[in-house]
Amino acid sequence: MKKEPVKIKEKDSALRVKNFEEVVQGFSEIEALEEAMRCIQCKNPQCISGCPVGIDIKAFIRELSKKDYDSAYFTIRKNNNFPSICGRICPAEYQCRKACVFTKKGKPFASKESINIHFLERFIGDHGAKKGLEVKIVKNEKLSKFKVAVVGSGPAGLCCAGELARNGVKVSVFEGLHKTGGVLRYGIPAFRLPRNVLDFEIDSLKKLGVEISLNFIVGKAKTIDELFSEGFSAIFLGLGAGIPSFLGIPGENLCNVYSANEFLTRVNLMSAHIFPAYHTPINIGKHIVVIGGGNTAMDAARVAIRLQHMNAIKPDTTISYRRTEVEMPSRRLEIEHAKEEGIKFDILVKPEEFTGDEKGFVTKMRSSRCKLGEPDNTGRRKPVVIPDSLFEVDCDLAVIAIGLGANQMLTRVTPQLKTDKYGDVIVNSENMETSIKGVFAGGDIVGGEGTVIEALGMAKKAASAIIEHLLRL
Amino acid sequence: MKILNKEIIADSQGIRIIKIDIHSPDIAKKAQAGQFVVLMVKEVGERIPLTVVKADPVKGIVTIIVQEAGLSTKLLGSLEKGESLYSMVGPLGHPTQIKKYGNVILVGGGVGIAEIYPVARAMKDAGNHVTAILGSRTKELLILESELKEVSAEVLVMTDDGSYGRKGFVTDSLKELLGKSKYDLVYAVGPLSMMRAVSMATKPYVIHTLVSLNTVMVDATGMCGCCRVSVAGVTKFSCVDGPEFEAGEVDWEELLKRNNIYVEKEKHICRLNNM
Repeated sequence: MKKEPVKIKEKDSALRVKNFEEVVQGFSEIEALEEAMRCIQCKNPQCISGCPVGIDIKAFIRELSKKDYDSAYFTIRKNNNFPSICGRICPAEYQCRKACVFTKKGKPFASKESINIHFLERFIGDHGAKKGLEVKIVKNEKLSKFKVAVVGSGPAGLCCAGELARNGVKVSVFEGLHKTGGVLRYGIPAFRLPRNVLDFEIDSLKKLGVEISLNFIVGKAKTIDELFSEGFSAIFLGLGAGIPSFLGIPGENLCNVYSANEFLTRVNLMSAHIFPAYHTPINIGKHIVVIGGGNTAMDAARVAIRLQHMNAIKPDTTISYRRTEVEMPSRRLEIEHAKEEGIKFDILVKPEEFTGDEKGFVTKMRSSRCKLGEPDNTGRRKPVVIPDSLFEVDCDLAVIAIGLGANQMLTRVTPQLKTDKYGDVIVNSENMETSIKGVFAGGDIVGGEGTVIEALGMAKKAASAIIEHLLRL
Repeated sequence: MKILNKEIIADSQGIRIIKIDIHSPDIAKKAQAGQFVVLMVKEVGERIPLTVVKADPVKGIVTIIVQEAGLSTKLLGSLEKGESLYSMVGPLGHPTQIKKYGNVILVGGGVGIAEIYPVARAMKDAGNHVTAILGSRTKELLILESELKEVSAEVLVMTDDGSYGRKGFVTDSLKELLGKSKYDLVYAVGPLSMMRAVSMATKPYVIHTLVSLNTVMVDATGMCGCCRVSVAGVTKFSCVDGPEFEAGEVDWEELLKRNNIYVEKEKHICRLNNM
């Protein structure tokens, strides 16, 4: 048995920063088999408990290692509708891989020796896509007479739609934007999740009979009550985390201070990186500072440095974070990739003020230095400002990537839908049902920002509850 | 999202203002005065926010009026009857709070006149005494005068060059009115500099003064924060918190600068397209 993990092929960092092509190349068949063989098929596998949707990881790796790729695909699809997506973007080092027997106990994230479960999942997902493997719809006469509305076509909405459709329920998805995918489309850049992969996974839902209406905002074009009166028997809300948070410091409304959502949406959804072929503009700085330490911050910084390269600007993009690298919530791989691509990391920094020129464009960022104090309620050590440590850096474009609040488009006009103090929808955690009977919710609109796979976990739970609800009608 | 009708309602000095009727039953059923839609002419285009000038829920028609300025509005203006938009979503933003205020002045500048029209109608229906002040560069660019006459007790026209109505700014008329009698609401839509001037004009009279802001937007659903504006010192998103705000609370200096954020890109793309 080979102990060393199989190294994944990646595009050379000097070349990849000039385009938006996928960075991680995925395993070849030989590499996948070699990696699968490293799995010791534990009697009592912990990895499965680390997966928010409970994929039978042990089984699919066993099938993979026997070259029975079709079976491996259907094993994964039993629990996860989007293996090619999750295989690319899951923070596996905090989930299945962290639970893997090869991870040393007490580590904050997976050891390098743990099985590369996500890359194996991706290999199998892409195999299914290439071969056009389709999950069969379970014929159920009781369920096929019902229509369910799914609000939002992000990870939660799509997952719930898929689960319901394969059980024979008629599903209509309502998406507010002009393209499907939610955060998978506007948030995650193509170099992490190629558009053809996203399109394939969404097309596989359409093959299950899921109908998708774009440019349709539930709460604006139609209310929840109107959907019920039009014959929908249940509604799932996958509204997402909508509103970007800002720092609340002076100068934050200067031109070229972007929210990560705006910066990423302009590029990922509107293709501003190929302006003027696409008409939505984006400004590019000479000294770009991205504030935050999550996946979104890494995505924004990696988009930013690509924009600099593509526009013959000497690359200068810095991630500025108030704690240290260990506390960064980002996937470890994204941090590595960002560094390889030449992004600088300035840690223990608390931004205090942006200043600008007479035209109102940002030119400098003033910050304080921090040190780590006592752990906070997340268990991470809190940054404490060092007095009189103010310093200034050149910054002609800033991206604020410090998190998102709830999308309130629907909840604001639906007072009977109970929300918590953050504006998130309150659900019964047993079945994801909201304060309105027959209305369920999942994803970031429940409990705030999480990962894609966590959204899928909630959506699956909601889908089972919706099926039970329909059968009781 | 088919274009059912298109009419060039003003064409002068290289400026065209175009009225477009779009088939969109869901939006037509819901749109109220003060709300807007976001549309795309084609897949490579921008998302363009535009006020709903008229919504006919029976025929399923949404009417917009657009002044050609940059590439995106020119592409919209080039669409012909029978062609379709790539996308349109709405109605977005809070509707205008319509109730009986008493004496209401509506101020419209340029294509902003199109935006005060639905509000004027609704205000009249709610029993208000409506006075409209319309401002235009020149006679040929004045729009909707007869429509506003139908729904207003009085219409005052100001032109920059004196070719029609009186020569001067809308604020000249506004100040005269405010000096003569008591008003309960001033509602203004037009270029930012005009709305700022209105805000300054009504300040001494302590009158509830609303402006509908035309900020830069992308998704217009609260997701990007591009349209943020400081109102009474607090950052608001004009797409979901507005588009209407109390004029005296808006940080106009900041907004004027923010609205110029893509001026260079705009010039560049227009040059490339020989516009």
